[in-house]
Amino acid sequence: MSDANFLTLENLTLAYGDTVAVKDLNLTIGKGELVAFLGPSGCGKTTTMRAIAGLLSPASGHVKLDGADITRVSANKRNVGLMFQSYALFPHLSVYENVAFGLRLKKTPAAELDKRVKAGITSVGLTDYADRKPGELSGGQQQRVALARSMVMEPKVLLLDEPLSNLDARLRLDMRSELQRVQKETGVTMIFVTHDQGEALSLADRIVVMKRGAIEQIGSPEDIYNRPTSAFVADFVGFENIFELSDGRLKTPKGPVELSGPVPIAAGLAWRPRMVTLGSGPFQGTVRGASFAGNSREYLLDTPLGPIKAEVDAALPSHELGAELAFDLPVGAAAQLRTFG
Amino acid sequence: MMARNLFIPITLGLVITFLIGPFLIIVAASFSAGETLAFPPQGFSLRWIAKVFTVESFRDSFYMSMFLAIGGTLVALILGIPASYALSRYKLPGAETIRTIVSAPIIVPGIIVGLSLLRYIVVPFQVGITLALFLAHTALILPYAVRVVSASLGNLRSDIEEAAVLLGSSRLGAFFRVVLPNIRGGIMSAFILGFVTSFNQVPVSLFLSGPGVRTLPVDMIAYMEIVFDPSVAALSALLAFMSIGIVFIAERFLGFSRYV
Ligand SMILES: Nc1ncnc2c1ncn2[C@@H]1O[C@H](COP(=O)(O)OP(=O)(O)OP(=O)(O)O)[C@@H](O)[C@H]1O
Ligand SMILES: [Mg+2]
Repeated sequence: MSDANFLTLENLTLAYGDTVAVKDLNLTIGKGELVAFLGPSGCGKTTTMRAIAGLLSPASGHVKLDGADITRVSANKRNVGLMFQSYALFPHLSVYENVAFGLRLKKTPAAELDKRVKAGITSVGLTDYADRKPGELSGGQQQRVALARSMVMEPKVLLLDEPLSNLDARLRLDMRSELQRVQKETGVTMIFVTHDQGEALSLADRIVVMKRGAIEQIGSPEDIYNRPTSAFVADFVGFENIFELSDGRLKTPKGPVELSGPVPIAAGLAWRPRMVTLGSGPFQGTVRGASFAGNSREYLLDTPLGPIKAEVDAALPSHELGAELAFDLPVGAAAQLRTFG
Repeated sequence: MMARNLFIPITLGLVITFLIGPFLIIVAASFSAGETLAFPPQGFSLRWIAKVFTVESFRDSFYMSMFLAIGGTLVALILGIPASYALSRYKLPGAETIRTIVSAPIIVPGIIVGLSLLRYIVVPFQVGITLALFLAHTALILPYAVRVVSASLGNLRSDIEEAAVLLGSSRLGAFFRVVLPNIRGGIMSAFILGFVTSFNQVPVSLFLSGPGVRTLPVDMIAYMEIVFDPSVAALSALLAFMSIGIVFIAERFLGFSRYV
């Protein structure tokens, strides 16, 4: 085992009764990596996490961690931490006892237990709240308790299921940096689930985009953001003008369209609204909608290629609804999609 | 506006009169110095309260009632807690049917339960009266145990058990460490409800009494048919204060009203 394949999921198929939720999934995660699972609701993110934690046993396939096959190891012996979206704190226990729970089960000597629990509580900034019950804490504080409770166990992997989705915008940013700090300081391998591409892009070393129970693309935040390989991922990360290619021409609702310049071999091409050149080019469109977004203006154009979204600097003169504009879809800027669908 | 302002105090007054009134009459009657049960009491004495403790059958039937109420409630809880847990955590086939069967003793009139137990269980199978009483009381308490415990389990998120497991606890350990402590109040409420239900039970117990084996309320009815003196009022007052005492202690130490 090397650090590069610290956690391996091999041909993992997960099912609830007859419903297959995750199909034949393969993934390798390195030690100390921070990985984000990104995907729409119901694509199997939680299910995959639960299988790694041992709360769900796979229909087939293997989970390997730190050199051992743990597929059949029960959840309470894996030392995998999981932070639940709902925090799942024990309501009858104080913050201190919540954090101490796992260490007490491990029969940690009293002095060491006290030291570790206090350090854990301090590290999440809750020193003054040690004697409170979870019900007496705010959502953000409860989340910190949950983080401390997982981290004192020094888990091999820490899984976080939508750790930020229950927090307001401000706390979300705080908690983001908190997670990053904890991960840096401890070097724990972390996987977190999110719906929010911004969160995944800013936090993760690597992003796993999932779709209907399978991995659609794995890559660095730059890869995912700039070089989506499928129409699904392109759409997910904000490429709003996506076309299938056939015989070097764009497939549009109104028939094939020739592009200017040499066209790469790909299944499709995608442009962010910002990549569309407005004011010059071989195509013509009519402005159907315009919206102001601070630094930029967005236009919706009716064109022979179908609707096109373009975004330009707000400092440029604006266009009226109904105006006829020339535009171009520069081939060089487009993301090249390997699969379409 | 005026009418609305008066509505609540008047309703409250009526409720208090009809709930507390009879109780006050009983208490007053038990201090009577007269020979028969009457209101207003004639004179003042403690002789009838003292007499309660000298009637031997009262003592025996009191022990019997205590045994049935405490023992029956404990057994009902031992059966009811796991049943409630299973019903609330697992999607069991026929869960609704199980719930209905468990609740049946509340819905079916006590007289019918008592008569059928006697006719179809006690007589044909030669079951002892004490055992029959015990089974009947347990069956009567079980629905309350399941109801109250289920309600308190319903308020408890099930992911805390998974959290406990991931921190190293076994499934069973998680039940004892994080489920039971959090439904403590519900269990206590179920215990009190079960105890009171069993202790005040008449119709079923009426059918299941034999020589020397009787519950206290049945014994009181039997006594009154022969002797109509204020000692029955005195005993009722004592029992009422015992119930109030139990609820008070439970409230004091467990804050049980929070869970009901
Ligand atoms: N307990 C269950 N029983 C049956 N099917 C389930 C169960 N839990 C999840 N599923 C199904 O499995 C699939 C994957 O669900 P999962 O919860 O993993 O999605 P997710 O990616 O976490 O979604 P979300 O972003 O909404 O949390 C879904 O189609 C869902 O309907
Ligand atoms: Mg989920």
